[in-house]
Amino acid sequence: MKKSYIVMDPEDNCATSLEDIPKDKEIEIKEGEVIKINQNIPFGHKFALRDIAVGDLIKKYGQIIGIVTENIKKGDWIHTHNIKSHYLERVANE
Amino acid sequence: MSEEFMGYERPKGKVGIRNKIAILSSVSCVNHVAEEIAKKVDNAVAITHPLGCGQFGPDFLNVQRTLAGLGKNPNIFGTIVVGLGCENLKSEDLAKNIRRAKKPVEFFNVQDFNGGGIALIEEGIKVGSKMASEAKEVKKEPFDFSHLVLGLECGGSDSISGITANPVVGVISDKVIELGGTSILPEFTEWIGTEHLLKDRAVSEKVKTQIDTPLQKFLETTMKAGIDFRGIQPSPGNIKGGLTTIEEKSLGTIAKAGKAPIQGVLKYSQTPKGKGLWLMLEPGNDIESMTGMAAAGAQVVIMTTGRGSPVGNPIVPVIKSCGNPQTCDWLRCHIDMDASKIITEQKSIQEIADEMWLKLKATCNGELTLAEQLGFHDIAIWRYLAFPFPGIV
Repeated sequence: MKKSYIVMDPEDNCATSLEDIPKDKEIEIKEGEVIKINQNIPFGHKFALRDIAVGDLIKKYGQIIGIVTENIKKGDWIHTHNIKSHYLERVANE
Repeated sequence: MSEEFMGYERPKGKVGIRNKIAILSSVSCVNHVAEEIAKKVDNAVAITHPLGCGQFGPDFLNVQRTLAGLGKNPNIFGTIVVGLGCENLKSEDLAKNIRRAKKPVEFFNVQDFNGGGIALIEEGIKVGSKMASEAKEVKKEPFDFSHLVLGLECGGSDSISGITANPVVGVISDKVIELGGTSILPEFTEWIGTEHLLKDRAVSEKVKTQIDTPLQKFLETTMKAGIDFRGIQPSPGNIKGGLTTIEEKSLGTIAKAGKAPIQGVLKYSQTPKGKGLWLMLEPGNDIESMTGMAAAGAQVVIMTTGRGSPVGNPIVPVIKSCGNPQTCDWLRCHIDMDASKIITEQKSIQEIADEMWLKLKATCNGELTLAEQLGFHDIAIWRYLAFPFPGIV
């Protein structure tokens, strides 16, 4: 069976798609928990596993990969339109 | 059950997984001489390069350390250094340096030979063949993985390397280190964005500084030249592929180094001073990077690739692993390990790592990689002068 996504670490709040996932597709992210995908997610892109508010951090590999700039809902596509580098933010303030 | 591989014992507690004779040119003027000797000697490899003369200062020392390191690599039984006679990097000095590994070394200069290059080739073949028959006397014995130094390379990466092939290699690196062995992570330009995480893994404050200082200097120097490395990553192609931030991209790269603590930061081609995970300063050219790791003593390299790459090394087997299904199909003659089953067959990273472990052991036991079978034997040496990186290396 082909897997449509991968979660790199149990702490992550995003998943990475392993195929083009169409909008409105329902995906089981763990036993008994199904989420609806809100936009088309191209292969290799990320989507949210839960609601994440502005200013919160996105985690992949169990590490911070960005800070949220627009509220993200469970199943939303995560990319440059709603998160930005937390690292660049941090070094700019050093 | 204890894990072992069959290797060749070398002096000073080292172990090789290949048993080669190196014909090493000290200067580019005699590359052809080295190549002609290597053609006629069993298990010989010519190590040639465009350098060895007109060099000075740190650049010269760096090239010398690298070439000597290649001769010292445990996969080499013995070395013949071929020189011209008037170059900066004297064959005699190179031979003396390699001799510190207590292995057979001879050196010859074309200008010292009545009969020139042709006479030297004849002599080289004679001496090399004697060395090769001595090498055949060395029988393989079982060794544990504390004797292994693994190089961690990636090249031609794509947006899925970081979620497939790279984390698989991270599991392997951690396993080698758990078994008492050593790993080297090169390519410092791809650590940028994860310095804080690398520093968190440093074994001491000193190592934290070793990580911080070169990266800071590099960023400062390149910024003076009008380039902000932090602002140009990820590239537009990366972003299209799904990578959003610089830290996400770099995390995918350093995933090859697993979760082990960082013991220290090596200069280019410098030998690690102990076991465990080491970082190496090198800016991300695959062939330069693998040459540097071979010179540092790595006996084997795992290279992940998304878009595919055929490269190899004359001394060190390079195992290619790929997570991209199309590349695994199209470039199948270059891909040793199909990590794309994470995508196509729902295999877990651990399941592919289990397969990769068997591949690594088979390679250590003598199974030829595809790059070895096809004869890819690439050497390139990173030169400091060509890089805005003063006062660091």
